[in-house]
Amino acid sequence: MIRLVGVYKRFEELIVLDGVDFDVSKGETIALLGPSGTGKSVLLKHINGLIHPDRGEVYVDEQSVPQLGRKQLATLRSRIGYVFQFGALFDSMSVAENIKLGITDQQCSSDAKYCSARVVECLELVNLPADTARKFPAELSGGMRKRVGIARAIAGEPEYLLYDEPTSGLDPVNADVIDELVVKLRDTLGVTSVVVTHDVRGAFRVADRVALLKEGRIRAFGTPTDFRESRDEVVREFIERDFGALPEA
Amino acid sequence: MDPRRIVGRYTLHALSHVGRFAAFFVEMVRTLNEWRIWVPRTFEQAQNIGYGSLFIVLLTAAFAGAVTALQASYQFQANLPVYIVGGLIVNSIVLELAPVLTALLLAGRIGARYAAELGTMRVTEQIDALESLGRSPMSHLIIPRVIAGTLMLPVLVIFADLIGIVAGYFFAHISSLQISSADFIYGARYFFRPWDLWYSMIKSLFFGLAISLVPSYVGFTTKQGAEGVGRATTAAVVSASVMILFLNALLAQWLLTNA
Ligand SMILES: Nc1ncnc2c1ncn2[C@@H]1O[C@H](COP(=O)(O)OP(=O)(O)O)[C@@H](O)[C@H]1O
Ligand SMILES: [Mg+2]
Repeated sequence: MIRLVGVYKRFEELIVLDGVDFDVSKGETIALLGPSGTGKSVLLKHINGLIHPDRGEVYVDEQSVPQLGRKQLATLRSRIGYVFQFGALFDSMSVAENIKLGITDQQCSSDAKYCSARVVECLELVNLPADTARKFPAELSGGMRKRVGIARAIAGEPEYLLYDEPTSGLDPVNADVIDELVVKLRDTLGVTSVVVTHDVRGAFRVADRVALLKEGRIRAFGTPTDFRESRDEVVREFIERDFGALPEA
Repeated sequence: MDPRRIVGRYTLHALSHVGRFAAFFVEMVRTLNEWRIWVPRTFEQAQNIGYGSLFIVLLTAAFAGAVTALQASYQFQANLPVYIVGGLIVNSIVLELAPVLTALLLAGRIGARYAAELGTMRVTEQIDALESLGRSPMSHLIIPRVIAGTLMLPVLVIFADLIGIVAGYFFAHISSLQISSADFIYGARYFFRPWDLWYSMIKSLFFGLAISLVPSYVGFTTKQGAEGVGRATTAAVVSASVMILFLNALLAQWLLTNA
């Protein structure tokens, strides 16, 4: 369970989040939509404590994230996979080493075989061939880097996954692979996810509920059906940009 | 602009840096217990520094030794015993030239590399990624760099001492003075105090700390944007170099005037 209450965040003069209320139930997948530069990434980083709010509260499983100590925060983070918008791969390490860092320490140091197998397994899940493991991030295309980033985030079998634009910049086939992966992780492992995305179609396909962030607040929050039938002009404008004029209403 | 306001703003800016630097340092010390993670990475970093810097350090030390010898023989008055030159060369190299030149060189090499690497990792979110995996950037990135830099500088200075002294002897020998090896060694011994070596090593440790800690902090706190990395790198090299000059004077005052 993730819950944000009245989260306010400002960078110098720029108010990015201006009272965000947001909640995700266990096992649910939420798509977070919004124009670029509205603070979707900033919101996501509040959930695993990479950014602290100026005001307001952030809870994960009833733990107040900004108040956690170093150890507790590290423990919480190891249960939350985070997919960075541009991959954020460690470029001094091979793909295999990158993914192994995603597996919690004890498992890896005690069982090298499990780790190597897990690397291949995670690469397969994001539709990358096994020989990618030996490559270095600099040798990969942007889309491949992004998928390695996803593989690294899921390697530790986290209970939560936060995806920052996992499909933007991917070709349609691989975008579908990732969308299916999000759904599969929810259905088979009960993973709770927040997917930041530009892709309205993808959002409607994978999400149980959809949220729209606009001008520092959650402008609308509901099921895909709620969104399709919304009379809010801002919502309609945002959806129609992707779908063209909606067939009815 | 009112000059008082400019001074005030600069003072506040400097103070906020001091505060954040202190917090950075405390966090680093608190993470020392994760030795399983930082020890192997420290060896990697130390190896990098050693291989990457040995040649340029030796070259610089050789030239410094040669120039010291040539200048000493040029200025030398004929009515002084020639062995004094031996003491002069060895002392200049051990006390001053080897540690300071090596440190300034490595402020450019190591300092720039640390700031650029860590700055790039910051702006490409690799540091955030490490934290998001529940891992500490201190034990994975900062501590290995700081310890490797701090310990490798004295090691390189010892090499610089040796080469500098050998080059100094060689050039004093072939110069107009034609100092013999017996005179050179006699002079070196005559003026040698064990404390000089300690002083040189203590100084090198401080310099090593300055050229690794300051650039690590500057790189780690790089602001977003590609030009942020360039700016951080320049700032790191400049502040590390200034720290060396400052520490050099401070340590001479503390450790030599009371010895
Ligand atoms: N660490 C930071 N320091 C200063 N400004 C930031 C920082 N992170 C994000 N911002 C600013 O906050 C705004 C929202 O950024 P972001 O969350 O990345 O938008 P997006 O919705 O496209 O993900 C942008 O204007 C960005 O420049
Ligand atoms: Mg973003």
